[in-house]
Amino acid sequence: MTLRKNEILLTTPTLLWLAVFFVIPSFAMLLISFRPANVYGGVEDGWTLDAWRALADPDYPIILWRTTWLSLVTTAVCLALALPIAFFLGKLQGKWRGILLMLVIVPFWTNFVIRVAAWRILLHPEGMLRQALLGLGVIGPDTLLLYNEGAVLMVMVYTHLPFAVLPLYAAAERFDYSLLEAARDLGASGFRSVMRVFVPGVSRGLLTAMALVLIPALGSYVIPDLVGGPSDEMIGNKIAQRTLGDRNLPQAATLSVALLAITMIPILVVFLINRKEHANQP
Amino acid sequence: MKSSRVPAVILLLVLVFLYLPILLLVVNSFNEARYSSTWGGFTLKWYAALLERENRDLWEAAQRTLLIALSSSGISMVLGTLSACALHWYRSRLQQINYGVLYLPIIIPDLLMGISLLLFFVGLGATLGTGTILIAHITFCASFVTVVVLGRLQGFDENVINAARDLGATKWVIVRRVILPLLAPGIVAGGLLAFTLSVDDYVITFFVTGPGSSTLPLKIYSMVKHSKDLPVINAISTLFLILTFLIVWLSQRLTDSQPTRASR
Repeated sequence: MTLRKNEILLTTPTLLWLAVFFVIPSFAMLLISFRPANVYGGVEDGWTLDAWRALADPDYPIILWRTTWLSLVTTAVCLALALPIAFFLGKLQGKWRGILLMLVIVPFWTNFVIRVAAWRILLHPEGMLRQALLGLGVIGPDTLLLYNEGAVLMVMVYTHLPFAVLPLYAAAERFDYSLLEAARDLGASGFRSVMRVFVPGVSRGLLTAMALVLIPALGSYVIPDLVGGPSDEMIGNKIAQRTLGDRNLPQAATLSVALLAITMIPILVVFLINRKEHANQP
Repeated sequence: MKSSRVPAVILLLVLVFLYLPILLLVVNSFNEARYSSTWGGFTLKWYAALLERENRDLWEAAQRTLLIALSSSGISMVLGTLSACALHWYRSRLQQINYGVLYLPIIIPDLLMGISLLLFFVGLGATLGTGTILIAHITFCASFVTVVVLGRLQGFDENVINAARDLGATKWVIVRRVILPLLAPGIVAGGLLAFTLSVDDYVITFFVTGPGSSTLPLKIYSMVKHSKDLPVINAISTLFLILTFLIVWLSQRLTDSQPTRASR
Protein backbone atom coordinates (compact mmCIF):
# COMPACT_ATOMS: atom_id res chain seq x y z
CA MET A 1 0.00 0.00 0.00
CA THR A 2 2.91 2.35 0.71
CA LEU A 3 4.04 1.80 -2.88
CA ARG A 4 0.72 3.08 -4.17
CA LYS A 5 1.05 6.08 -1.84
CA ASN A 6 4.49 6.88 -3.25
CA GLU A 7 3.17 6.64 -6.77
CA ILE A 8 0.38 9.09 -6.02
CA LEU A 9 2.78 11.48 -4.26
CA LEU A 10 5.09 11.48 -7.29
CA THR A 11 2.34 11.69 -9.89
CA THR A 12 -0.13 14.21 -8.45
CA PRO A 13 1.73 17.57 -8.53
CA THR A 14 2.60 17.57 -12.24
CA LEU A 15 -0.51 15.76 -13.41
CA LEU A 16 -2.68 18.19 -11.46
CA TRP A 17 -0.79 21.18 -12.87
CA LEU A 18 -1.20 19.90 -16.43
CA ALA A 19 -4.85 19.00 -15.82
CA VAL A 20 -5.59 22.58 -14.73
CA PHE A 21 -3.39 24.46 -17.21
CA PHE A 22 -3.40 22.13 -20.21
CA VAL A 23 -6.33 19.69 -20.26
CA ILE A 24 -9.02 22.06 -18.96
CA PRO A 25 -7.94 24.95 -21.26
CA SER A 26 -8.10 22.55 -24.23
CA PHE A 27 -11.68 21.68 -23.38
CA ALA A 28 -12.43 25.35 -22.68
CA MET A 29 -11.31 26.05 -26.23
CA LEU A 30 -13.79 23.48 -27.59
CA LEU A 31 -16.56 24.90 -25.39
CA ILE A 32 -15.95 28.53 -26.36
CA SER A 33 -16.14 27.60 -30.07
CA PHE A 34 -19.87 27.00 -29.48
CA ARG A 35 -20.43 30.27 -27.60
CA PRO A 36 -21.67 33.55 -29.09
CA ALA A 37 -19.24 36.46 -29.23
CA ASN A 38 -20.25 39.84 -27.83
CA VAL A 39 -19.34 43.23 -29.23
CA TYR A 40 -16.91 43.96 -26.40
CA GLY A 41 -14.60 41.13 -27.44
CA GLY A 42 -15.87 38.80 -24.75
CA VAL A 43 -17.89 35.61 -24.75
CA GLU A 44 -21.64 35.43 -24.03
CA ASP A 45 -23.57 32.64 -22.34
CA GLY A 46 -25.67 30.36 -24.51
CA TRP A 47 -24.93 28.08 -27.44
CA THR A 48 -24.54 28.76 -31.13
CA LEU A 49 -22.99 27.28 -34.25
CA ASP A 50 -22.22 30.75 -35.67
CA ALA A 51 -18.44 30.43 -35.41
CA TRP A 52 -18.54 26.97 -37.00
CA ARG A 53 -20.80 28.15 -39.83
CA ALA A 54 -18.38 31.03 -40.46
CA LEU A 55 -15.72 28.46 -41.36
CA ALA A 56 -17.57 28.03 -44.68
CA ASP A 57 -16.77 31.69 -45.43
CA PRO A 58 -14.69 31.48 -48.63
CA ASP A 59 -11.67 32.93 -46.79
CA TYR A 60 -11.21 30.08 -44.35
CA PRO A 61 -11.27 27.03 -46.65
CA ILE A 62 -8.63 28.73 -48.81
CA ILE A 63 -6.43 29.40 -45.78
CA LEU A 64 -6.91 25.90 -44.38
CA TRP A 65 -5.92 24.49 -47.76
CA ARG A 66 -2.90 26.82 -48.04
CA THR A 67 -1.77 25.88 -44.51
CA THR A 68 -1.93 22.19 -45.35
CA TRP A 69 -0.24 22.64 -48.71
CA LEU A 70 2.63 24.81 -47.42
CA SER A 71 3.22 22.39 -44.53
CA LEU A 72 3.25 19.36 -46.83
CA VAL A 73 5.72 20.99 -49.23
CA THR A 74 7.92 22.03 -46.27
CA THR A 75 7.85 18.44 -45.00
CA ALA A 76 8.71 17.01 -48.41
CA VAL A 77 11.65 19.39 -48.92
CA CYS A 78 12.95 18.79 -45.36
CA LEU A 79 12.81 15.00 -45.83
CA ALA A 80 14.47 15.24 -49.25
CA LEU A 81 17.36 17.23 -47.75
CA ALA A 82 17.58 15.28 -44.51
CA LEU A 83 17.72 11.83 -46.17
CA PRO A 84 21.09 12.32 -47.94
CA ILE A 85 22.47 14.14 -44.86
CA ALA A 86 21.46 11.26 -42.58
CA PHE A 87 22.78 8.76 -45.13
CA PHE A 88 26.14 10.54 -45.17
CA LEU A 89 26.41 11.06 -41.41
CA GLY A 90 25.34 7.50 -40.62
CA LYS A 91 28.10 6.11 -42.83
CA LEU A 92 30.74 8.46 -41.47
CA GLN A 93 33.10 7.15 -38.78
CA GLY A 94 35.10 8.89 -36.11
CA LYS A 95 34.91 12.35 -34.65
CA TRP A 96 33.64 14.10 -37.83
CA ARG A 97 30.30 12.39 -37.44
CA GLY A 98 29.71 14.08 -34.08
CA ILE A 99 31.07 17.43 -35.21
CA LEU A 100 28.95 17.58 -38.36
CA LEU A 101 25.82 16.41 -36.55
CA MET A 102 26.43 19.12 -33.96
CA LEU A 103 26.78 21.72 -36.73
CA VAL A 104 23.38 20.74 -38.09
CA ILE A 105 21.71 20.97 -34.67
CA VAL A 106 23.31 24.15 -33.27
CA PRO A 107 21.17 26.65 -35.28
CA PHE A 108 18.12 24.89 -33.87
CA TRP A 109 19.08 26.07 -30.38
CA THR A 110 19.28 29.70 -31.35
CA ASN A 111 16.24 31.84 -30.78
CA PHE A 112 13.46 31.13 -33.25
CA VAL A 113 12.40 34.76 -33.66
CA ILE A 114 16.01 35.79 -34.26
CA ARG A 115 16.45 33.14 -36.95
CA VAL A 116 13.34 34.31 -38.79
CA ALA A 117 14.41 37.95 -38.25
CA ALA A 118 17.82 37.15 -39.74
CA TRP A 119 16.10 36.01 -42.94
CA ARG A 120 13.88 39.06 -42.98
CA ILE A 121 16.91 41.31 -42.69
CA LEU A 122 18.77 39.30 -45.35
CA LEU A 123 15.84 39.39 -47.81
CA HIS A 124 14.91 42.98 -46.98
CA PRO A 125 14.60 45.27 -50.06
CA GLU A 126 17.67 47.20 -48.81
CA GLY A 127 19.38 44.00 -47.69
CA MET A 128 22.51 42.35 -48.98
CA LEU A 129 20.95 39.55 -50.99
CA ARG A 130 18.53 41.63 -53.05
CA GLN A 131 21.14 44.33 -53.69
CA ALA A 132 23.62 41.68 -54.83
CA LEU A 133 21.09 40.01 -57.13
CA LEU A 134 20.09 43.42 -58.52
CA GLY A 135 23.73 44.27 -59.17
CA LEU A 136 24.25 40.98 -60.99
CA GLY A 137 21.12 41.61 -63.03
CA VAL A 138 19.52 38.33 -61.87
CA ILE A 139 16.36 40.12 -60.72
CA GLY A 140 14.67 43.29 -61.91
CA PRO A 141 14.09 46.35 -59.74
CA ASP A 142 10.47 45.30 -59.16
CA THR A 143 11.27 41.89 -57.74
CA LEU A 144 10.88 41.55 -53.99
CA LEU A 145 12.45 38.65 -52.15
CA LEU A 146 10.24 39.17 -49.13
CA TYR A 147 6.47 38.99 -48.68
CA ASN A 148 5.85 36.05 -50.96
CA GLU A 149 5.15 32.33 -50.77
CA GLY A 150 8.70 31.43 -51.76
CA ALA A 151 10.11 33.28 -48.75
CA VAL A 152 7.62 31.58 -46.42
CA LEU A 153 8.53 28.13 -47.77
CA MET A 154 12.27 28.75 -47.58
CA VAL A 155 12.20 29.98 -43.98
CA MET A 156 9.85 27.14 -42.99
CA VAL A 157 12.35 24.64 -44.41
CA TYR A 158 15.15 26.53 -42.67
CA THR A 159 13.57 26.37 -39.21
CA HIS A 160 12.20 22.81 -39.43
CA LEU A 161 15.14 21.01 -41.05
CA PRO A 162 16.83 19.84 -37.81
CA PHE A 163 13.57 18.10 -36.79
CA ALA A 164 13.93 15.96 -39.91
CA VAL A 165 17.68 15.31 -39.64
CA LEU A 166 17.71 14.06 -36.04
CA PRO A 167 15.28 11.10 -36.28
CA LEU A 168 16.64 10.12 -39.71
CA TYR A 169 20.20 10.21 -38.41
CA ALA A 170 19.17 8.03 -35.45
CA ALA A 171 17.72 5.50 -37.90
CA ALA A 172 20.71 5.68 -40.28
CA GLU A 173 23.09 5.08 -37.37
CA ARG A 174 21.47 1.66 -36.84
CA PHE A 175 21.31 0.87 -40.56
CA ASP A 176 23.61 -1.87 -41.82
CA TYR A 177 25.45 -0.25 -44.75
CA SER A 178 26.81 -3.59 -45.95
CA LEU A 179 23.29 -4.27 -47.27
CA LEU A 180 23.94 -1.58 -49.85
CA GLU A 181 27.09 -3.33 -51.02
CA ALA A 182 25.09 -6.52 -51.35
CA ALA A 183 22.49 -4.72 -53.47
CA ARG A 184 25.22 -3.32 -55.73
CA ASP A 185 26.93 -6.69 -56.02
CA LEU A 186 23.63 -8.00 -57.24
CA GLY A 187 23.67 -5.37 -59.98
CA ALA A 188 21.57 -2.49 -58.59
CA SER A 189 22.77 1.00 -59.43
CA GLY A 190 23.93 3.26 -56.59
CA PHE A 191 20.78 5.40 -56.62
CA ARG A 192 18.50 2.39 -56.97
CA SER A 193 20.12 0.53 -54.10
CA VAL A 194 19.72 3.58 -51.85
CA MET A 195 16.06 3.99 -52.79
CA ARG A 196 15.21 0.29 -52.47
CA VAL A 197 17.37 -0.69 -49.51
CA PHE A 198 18.35 2.38 -47.47
CA VAL A 199 15.00 4.24 -47.59
CA PRO A 200 12.94 1.21 -46.44
CA GLY A 201 15.65 0.54 -43.84
CA VAL A 202 15.12 3.92 -42.20
CA SER A 203 11.32 4.00 -42.67
CA ARG A 204 10.74 4.38 -38.92
CA GLY A 205 12.94 7.47 -38.81
CA LEU A 206 11.24 8.79 -41.94
CA LEU A 207 7.85 8.50 -40.27
CA THR A 208 9.01 10.29 -37.11
CA ALA A 209 10.71 13.00 -39.17
CA MET A 210 7.54 13.51 -41.18
CA ALA A 211 5.47 14.02 -38.03
CA LEU A 212 8.07 16.23 -36.31
CA VAL A 213 8.15 18.62 -39.28
CA LEU A 214 4.51 18.49 -40.38
CA ILE A 215 2.91 19.10 -36.96
CA PRO A 216 4.74 22.31 -35.98
CA ALA A 217 4.61 23.50 -39.62
CA LEU A 218 0.80 23.34 -39.55
CA GLY A 219 0.83 25.62 -36.52
CA SER A 220 3.13 28.20 -38.12
CA TYR A 221 2.35 31.79 -37.33
CA VAL A 222 5.60 33.75 -36.96
CA ILE A 223 7.05 32.87 -40.38
CA PRO A 224 4.09 33.88 -42.59
CA ASP A 225 3.67 36.96 -40.39
CA LEU A 226 7.28 38.15 -40.77
CA VAL A 227 8.32 37.04 -44.28
CA GLY A 228 4.98 36.41 -46.01
CA GLY A 229 2.59 38.80 -47.69
CA PRO A 230 -1.17 39.21 -47.10
CA SER A 231 -1.87 36.39 -49.56
CA ASP A 232 0.41 33.93 -47.75
CA GLU A 233 -1.47 33.87 -44.45
CA MET A 234 -1.79 30.56 -42.67
CA ILE A 235 -4.38 29.44 -40.16
CA GLY A 236 -2.13 30.57 -37.28
CA ASN A 237 -2.27 34.15 -38.57
CA LYS A 238 -6.06 34.03 -38.66
CA ILE A 239 -6.17 32.70 -35.10
CA ALA A 240 -3.93 35.55 -33.94
CA GLN A 241 -6.03 38.14 -35.82
CA ARG A 242 -9.31 36.85 -34.39
CA THR A 243 -7.73 36.85 -30.93
CA LEU A 244 -5.83 40.11 -30.77
CA GLY A 245 -6.99 42.01 -33.85
CA ASP A 246 -10.78 42.14 -34.04
CA ARG A 247 -11.15 40.02 -30.88
CA ASN A 248 -13.70 37.40 -31.84
CA LEU A 249 -12.72 34.70 -29.33
CA PRO A 250 -15.29 32.06 -30.38
CA GLN A 251 -14.04 32.37 -33.97
CA ALA A 252 -10.42 32.03 -32.77
CA ALA A 253 -11.44 28.96 -30.75
CA THR A 254 -13.19 27.38 -33.75
CA LEU A 255 -10.17 27.89 -35.99
CA SER A 256 -7.94 26.40 -33.27
CA VAL A 257 -10.14 23.32 -32.92
CA ALA A 258 -10.00 22.92 -36.71
CA LEU A 259 -6.18 23.22 -36.60
CA LEU A 260 -6.04 20.70 -33.75
CA ALA A 261 -8.17 18.29 -35.79
CA ILE A 262 -5.79 18.60 -38.76
CA THR A 263 -2.68 18.06 -36.60
CA MET A 264 -4.29 14.96 -35.08
CA ILE A 265 -4.11 13.26 -38.52
CA PRO A 266 -0.29 12.85 -38.62
CA ILE A 267 -0.24 12.08 -34.86
CA LEU A 268 -2.80 9.27 -35.36
CA VAL A 269 -1.04 7.93 -38.46
CA VAL A 270 2.26 7.60 -36.57
CA PHE A 271 0.49 6.08 -33.56
CA LEU A 272 -1.38 3.49 -35.65
CA ILE A 273 1.66 2.49 -37.74
CA ASN A 274 3.79 2.13 -34.61
CA ARG A 275 1.14 -0.02 -32.98
CA LYS A 276 0.79 -2.21 -36.06
CA GLU A 277 4.57 -2.73 -36.16
CA HIS A 278 4.52 -3.64 -32.49
CA ALA A 279 1.77 -6.18 -33.13
CA ASN A 280 3.69 -7.69 -36.05
CA GLN A 281 6.82 -8.20 -34.01
CA PRO A 282 6.64 -11.41 -31.99
CA MET B 1 32.76 0.55 -53.76
CA LYS B 2 32.95 4.07 -55.08
CA SER B 3 30.61 6.19 -53.04
CA SER B 4 28.77 9.15 -54.45
CA ARG B 5 29.80 12.67 -53.50
CA VAL B 6 26.22 13.94 -53.74
CA PRO B 7 25.27 13.49 -50.03
CA ALA B 8 28.43 15.30 -48.88
CA VAL B 9 27.76 18.19 -51.24
CA ILE B 10 24.15 18.45 -50.04
CA LEU B 11 25.35 18.51 -46.43
CA LEU B 12 27.84 21.25 -47.24
CA LEU B 13 25.20 23.38 -49.03
CA VAL B 14 22.73 22.86 -46.19
CA LEU B 15 25.34 23.98 -43.64
CA VAL B 16 25.94 27.16 -45.65
CA PHE B 17 22.16 27.66 -45.82
CA LEU B 18 21.86 27.14 -42.04
CA TYR B 19 24.69 29.45 -41.00
CA LEU B 20 24.65 32.22 -43.60
CA PRO B 21 21.75 34.28 -42.17
CA ILE B 22 23.03 33.96 -38.59
CA LEU B 23 26.61 34.83 -39.53
CA LEU B 24 25.49 37.85 -41.55
CA LEU B 25 23.42 39.02 -38.61
CA VAL B 26 26.40 38.80 -36.26
CA VAL B 27 28.74 40.48 -38.78
CA ASN B 28 26.24 43.25 -39.44
CA SER B 29 25.94 44.02 -35.75
CA PHE B 30 29.48 45.45 -36.13
CA ASN B 31 28.72 47.17 -39.43
CA GLU B 32 28.94 50.96 -39.48
CA ALA B 33 26.52 51.13 -42.45
CA ARG B 34 22.83 51.21 -41.60
CA TYR B 35 21.85 48.78 -44.33
CA SER B 36 23.48 45.43 -44.61
CA SER B 37 24.19 45.71 -48.34
CA THR B 38 27.46 47.59 -47.79
CA TRP B 39 30.28 47.30 -45.30
CA GLY B 40 30.90 50.69 -43.72
CA GLY B 41 33.67 49.66 -41.36
CA PHE B 42 33.81 48.16 -37.87
CA THR B 43 31.79 49.80 -35.11
CA LEU B 44 30.39 49.08 -31.68
CA LYS B 45 27.87 51.91 -31.88
CA TRP B 46 24.85 49.62 -32.20
CA TYR B 47 25.85 47.96 -28.94
CA ALA B 48 26.31 51.40 -27.38
CA ALA B 49 22.81 52.29 -28.64
CA LEU B 50 21.46 49.46 -26.49
CA LEU B 51 22.56 51.40 -23.42
CA GLU B 52 20.75 54.57 -24.43
CA ARG B 53 17.74 55.90 -22.61
CA GLU B 54 15.29 55.18 -25.41
CA ASN B 55 16.19 51.51 -25.27
CA ARG B 56 15.62 51.22 -21.54
CA ASP B 57 12.45 49.18 -22.17
CA LEU B 58 14.63 46.55 -23.85
CA TRP B 59 16.51 46.04 -20.59
CA GLU B 60 13.28 45.95 -18.64
CA ALA B 61 12.05 43.25 -21.02
CA ALA B 62 15.35 41.39 -20.64
CA GLN B 63 15.02 41.43 -16.86
CA ARG B 64 11.44 40.16 -17.04
CA THR B 65 12.53 37.43 -19.48
CA LEU B 66 15.26 36.28 -17.08
CA LEU B 67 12.97 36.38 -14.07
CA ILE B 68 10.32 34.29 -15.84
CA ALA B 69 12.94 31.87 -17.21
CA LEU B 70 14.58 31.35 -13.81
CA SER B 71 11.28 30.81 -11.97
CA SER B 72 9.70 28.61 -14.61
CA SER B 73 12.80 26.44 -15.03
CA GLY B 74 13.14 26.13 -11.23
CA ILE B 75 9.53 25.04 -10.73
CA SER B 76 9.48 22.78 -13.79
CA MET B 77 12.68 21.07 -12.55
CA VAL B 78 10.74 19.96 -9.46
CA LEU B 79 7.59 19.00 -11.40
CA GLY B 80 9.53 17.24 -14.16
CA THR B 81 11.70 15.23 -11.76
CA LEU B 82 8.66 14.01 -9.82
CA SER B 83 6.79 12.92 -12.93
CA ALA B 84 9.87 11.30 -14.50
CA CYS B 85 10.27 9.16 -11.34
CA ALA B 86 6.57 8.27 -11.45
CA LEU B 87 6.77 7.24 -15.13
CA HIS B 88 9.98 5.28 -14.61
CA TRP B 89 9.10 3.30 -11.50
CA TYR B 90 5.40 2.55 -11.97
CA ARG B 91 3.47 0.74 -14.70
CA SER B 92 -0.15 1.41 -13.89
CA ARG B 93 -3.21 2.74 -15.66
CA LEU B 94 -2.52 6.09 -13.96
CA GLN B 95 0.93 6.26 -15.56
CA GLN B 96 -0.52 5.61 -19.01
CA ILE B 97 -2.72 8.69 -18.57
CA ASN B 98 0.24 10.58 -17.07
CA TYR B 99 2.35 9.67 -20.10
CA GLY B 100 -0.24 10.97 -22.55
CA VAL B 101 -0.83 14.21 -20.66
CA LEU B 102 2.94 14.83 -20.37
CA TYR B 103 3.75 14.18 -24.02
CA LEU B 104 0.88 16.07 -25.66
CA PRO B 105 2.21 19.56 -24.79
CA ILE B 106 5.46 18.63 -26.59
CA ILE B 107 3.69 17.34 -29.69
CA ILE B 108 0.91 19.81 -30.43
CA PRO B 109 1.79 23.18 -32.04
CA ASP B 110 2.65 25.81 -29.41
CA LEU B 111 0.11 28.16 -30.96
CA LEU B 112 -2.68 25.88 -29.73
CA MET B 113 -1.33 25.89 -26.18
CA GLY B 114 -1.13 29.69 -26.29
CA ILE B 115 -4.67 30.24 -27.51
CA SER B 116 -6.23 27.67 -25.18
CA LEU B 117 -4.46 29.18 -22.16
CA LEU B 118 -5.57 32.67 -23.21
CA LEU B 119 -9.20 31.53 -23.50
CA PHE B 120 -8.89 29.83 -20.11
CA PHE B 121 -7.44 32.95 -18.44
CA VAL B 122 -10.05 35.20 -20.07
CA GLY B 123 -12.79 32.82 -18.91
CA LEU B 124 -11.48 33.03 -15.33
CA GLY B 125 -11.21 36.80 -15.56
CA ALA B 126 -7.51 36.65 -14.70
CA THR B 127 -5.30 39.70 -15.28
CA LEU B 128 -2.87 38.95 -18.10
CA GLY B 129 0.77 39.74 -17.40
CA THR B 130 3.93 38.31 -15.90
CA GLY B 131 1.92 35.86 -13.75
CA THR B 132 0.05 34.30 -16.66
CA ILE B 133 3.28 34.12 -18.72
CA LEU B 134 4.97 32.29 -15.85
CA ILE B 135 2.12 29.76 -15.57
CA ALA B 136 2.22 29.14 -19.33
CA HIS B 137 5.99 28.63 -19.33
CA ILE B 138 5.90 26.18 -16.41
CA THR B 139 3.21 24.24 -18.29
CA PHE B 140 5.33 23.59 -21.39
CA CYS B 141 8.68 23.33 -19.57
CA ALA B 142 7.54 20.59 -17.15
CA SER B 143 7.08 18.10 -20.00
CA PHE B 144 10.54 18.78 -21.46
CA VAL B 145 12.25 18.40 -18.06
CA THR B 146 10.36 15.11 -17.59
CA VAL B 147 11.75 13.74 -20.87
CA VAL B 148 15.35 14.73 -20.03
CA VAL B 149 15.23 13.31 -16.46
CA LEU B 150 13.53 10.15 -17.77
CA GLY B 151 16.51 9.67 -20.09
CA ARG B 152 18.86 9.92 -17.12
CA LEU B 153 16.75 7.42 -15.15
CA GLN B 154 17.09 4.85 -17.96
CA GLY B 155 20.76 4.42 -17.04
CA PHE B 156 19.96 4.26 -13.35
CA ASP B 157 21.30 1.26 -11.41
CA GLU B 158 18.44 0.17 -9.14
CA ASN B 159 20.84 -1.91 -7.05
CA VAL B 160 22.23 1.28 -5.54
CA ILE B 161 18.86 1.89 -3.89
CA ASN B 162 18.66 -1.72 -2.66
CA ALA B 163 22.18 -1.46 -1.27
CA ALA B 164 21.32 1.75 0.59
CA ARG B 165 18.19 0.13 1.99
CA ASP B 166 20.14 -2.96 3.10
CA LEU B 167 22.55 -0.68 4.89
CA GLY B 168 19.62 0.73 6.83
CA ALA B 169 18.98 4.04 5.06
CA THR B 170 15.48 5.46 5.50
CA LYS B 171 13.35 6.54 2.56
CA TRP B 172 14.29 10.23 2.87
CA VAL B 173 17.97 9.48 3.25
CA ILE B 174 17.81 7.40 0.04
CA VAL B 175 16.06 10.21 -1.82
CA ARG B 176 18.43 12.88 -0.56
CA ARG B 177 21.74 11.05 -0.52
CA VAL B 178 21.34 8.50 -3.34
CA ILE B 179 18.64 9.31 -5.88
CA LEU B 180 18.98 13.10 -6.10
CA PRO B 181 22.80 13.18 -6.45
CA LEU B 182 22.64 10.50 -9.17
CA LEU B 183 19.87 12.32 -11.04
CA ALA B 184 21.39 15.77 -10.55
CA PRO B 185 23.09 16.08 -13.99
CA GLY B 186 19.81 15.10 -15.67
CA ILE B 187 17.78 17.50 -13.55
CA VAL B 188 20.18 20.38 -14.24
CA ALA B 189 20.31 19.58 -17.97
CA GLY B 190 16.50 19.53 -18.00
CA GLY B 191 16.44 22.83 -16.13
CA LEU B 192 18.83 24.41 -18.64
CA LEU B 193 16.65 23.17 -21.51
CA ALA B 194 13.61 24.66 -19.76
CA PHE B 195 15.52 27.91 -19.28
CA THR B 196 16.38 28.20 -22.99
CA LEU B 197 12.83 27.24 -24.04
CA SER B 198 11.42 29.90 -21.72
CA VAL B 199 13.87 32.60 -22.85
CA ASP B 200 13.17 31.70 -26.50
CA ASP B 201 9.41 31.45 -26.42
CA TYR B 202 7.53 33.92 -28.53
CA VAL B 203 4.25 32.33 -29.61
CA ILE B 204 2.80 31.24 -26.26
CA THR B 205 3.99 34.41 -24.49
CA PHE B 206 2.43 36.53 -27.23
CA PHE B 207 -1.01 35.10 -26.42
CA VAL B 208 -0.90 35.25 -22.62
CA THR B 209 0.94 38.56 -22.13
CA GLY B 210 -0.76 41.69 -20.88
CA PRO B 211 -0.12 45.39 -21.30
CA GLY B 212 3.33 46.46 -20.11
CA SER B 213 4.72 42.96 -19.63
CA SER B 214 6.75 42.40 -22.76
CA THR B 215 9.55 39.85 -22.86
CA LEU B 216 12.69 40.17 -24.99
CA PRO B 217 11.45 37.96 -27.86
CA LEU B 218 8.23 40.02 -27.97
CA LYS B 219 10.27 43.26 -28.11
CA ILE B 220 12.57 41.94 -30.82
CA TYR B 221 9.56 40.69 -32.77
CA SER B 222 7.81 44.04 -32.80
CA MET B 223 11.04 45.82 -33.78
CA VAL B 224 11.52 43.35 -36.64
CA LYS B 225 7.88 43.57 -37.71
CA HIS B 226 8.06 47.36 -37.99
CA SER B 227 11.56 47.20 -39.50
CA LYS B 228 12.65 49.62 -36.80
CA ASP B 229 16.31 49.98 -35.76
CA LEU B 230 17.49 46.97 -37.75
CA PRO B 231 21.17 47.33 -36.68
CA VAL B 232 20.10 47.48 -33.02
CA ILE B 233 18.17 44.23 -33.55
CA ASN B 234 21.39 42.70 -34.91
CA ALA B 235 23.27 43.78 -31.78
CA ILE B 236 20.74 42.52 -29.26
CA SER B 237 20.26 39.29 -31.23
CA THR B 238 24.01 38.68 -31.19
CA LEU B 239 24.09 39.07 -27.39
CA PHE B 240 21.09 36.75 -27.18
CA LEU B 241 22.84 34.12 -29.36
CA ILE B 242 25.94 34.24 -27.14
CA LEU B 243 23.78 33.64 -24.05
CA THR B 244 22.05 30.66 -25.70
CA PHE B 245 25.35 29.11 -26.82
CA LEU B 246 26.75 29.42 -23.30
CA ILE B 247 23.75 27.61 -21.84
CA VAL B 248 23.78 24.89 -24.49
CA TRP B 249 27.51 24.36 -24.04
CA LEU B 250 26.99 24.05 -20.28
CA SER B 251 24.14 21.55 -20.64
CA GLN B 252 26.12 19.57 -23.25
CA ARG B 253 28.98 19.22 -20.75
CA LEU B 254 26.57 17.97 -18.11
CA THR B 255 25.08 15.35 -20.42
CA ASP B 256 28.52 14.25 -21.61
CA SER B 257 29.60 13.64 -18.02
CA GLN B 258 26.79 11.08 -17.70
CA PRO B 259 28.51 7.74 -18.47
CA THR B 260 31.70 8.31 -16.50
CA ARG B 261 29.92 9.57 -13.42
CA ALA B 262 27.28 6.86 -13.48
CA SER B 263 29.76 4.01 -13.80
CA ARG B 264 32.10 5.06 -11.02
